[in-house]
Amino acid sequence: MKAAVVVFPGSNCDRDCAVAVQRSTGAAVDMVWHQDTALPQGVDLIVLPGGFSYGDYLRCGAMAAQSPVMREVVKAAEGGVAVVGICNGFQILCEAGMLPGALLRNARLKYICKTIDLDVTNAQTRFTAGYAGRRDVRMTIGNGEGNFFADEETLDRLEGEGQVVFRYRDENPNGSARNIAGIVNARGNVLGMMPHPDRSFEAELGSADGAVLFQSAMASA
Amino acid sequence: MKAKVHVYLKPGVLDVQGKAIEGALHGLGWGDVANVRVGKTIEFEAPGSDRAKLEADARAMAEKLLANTVIESYRVEVA
Repeated sequence: MKAAVVVFPGSNCDRDCAVAVQRSTGAAVDMVWHQDTALPQGVDLIVLPGGFSYGDYLRCGAMAAQSPVMREVVKAAEGGVAVVGICNGFQILCEAGMLPGALLRNARLKYICKTIDLDVTNAQTRFTAGYAGRRDVRMTIGNGEGNFFADEETLDRLEGEGQVVFRYRDENPNGSARNIAGIVNARGNVLGMMPHPDRSFEAELGSADGAVLFQSAMASA
Repeated sequence: MKAKVHVYLKPGVLDVQGKAIEGALHGLGWGDVANVRVGKTIEFEAPGSDRAKLEADARAMAEKLLANTVIESYRVEVA
């Protein structure tokens, strides 16, 4: 079992993700620099971490999406490898065209950092199978631009195809369309989410629910 | 030659910065101000280029990087 965490200049959850994946699953974790032109051989899971890649210049994730390593990430995803983008990683996946939609400024213009309850709206993806039978999970969010946007037709399609995986439960913290907190691509092997499973993978952190996500992803490899 | 690419959120996309600025302008007494939008301009020089090529290049740059056409529209100005 092997995972890779991509490190962009300005990523700040890369170490958190490495520790979270390693402790949750026991997988070996390689750090991959954004300028690298190859991913480690036989990687089962690729994580795009949170942070402020390239200082959020131009648009969150815009520059990172054009990094050399992203061409390899796209290729790996096309080959069926699981890819999860968390927070800034979600923004990068949208900017790279690997997921539909975009993330706008939070509706109330505030950076929000708090623990939040989520609905698991689809527990039949390779990332969420471990949540089967559970409706609510708890993770933390920390974002200023987490307001998911897509046109109505795209939103209808995402809902119709079961691609909406997580929704905010009691409150919508950032104005996201239809309370969406996380989506998968049509094939189901690319997940983008604003909440941080990497900050919620042990009970000591207030919730261990994030560990289930990494375990599910690894079990599906 | 010099190019400017103006990027704005599309009309249907809520511009929360614009809304905040609109509120502040109303507070300052400009009560009839409406529909404030915040955009950005990216400008650059391309000394070797001619007008037609620079216009086409700037458009391609906007499509690929400078604008996210899911949420933004852009306008190219060449002089």
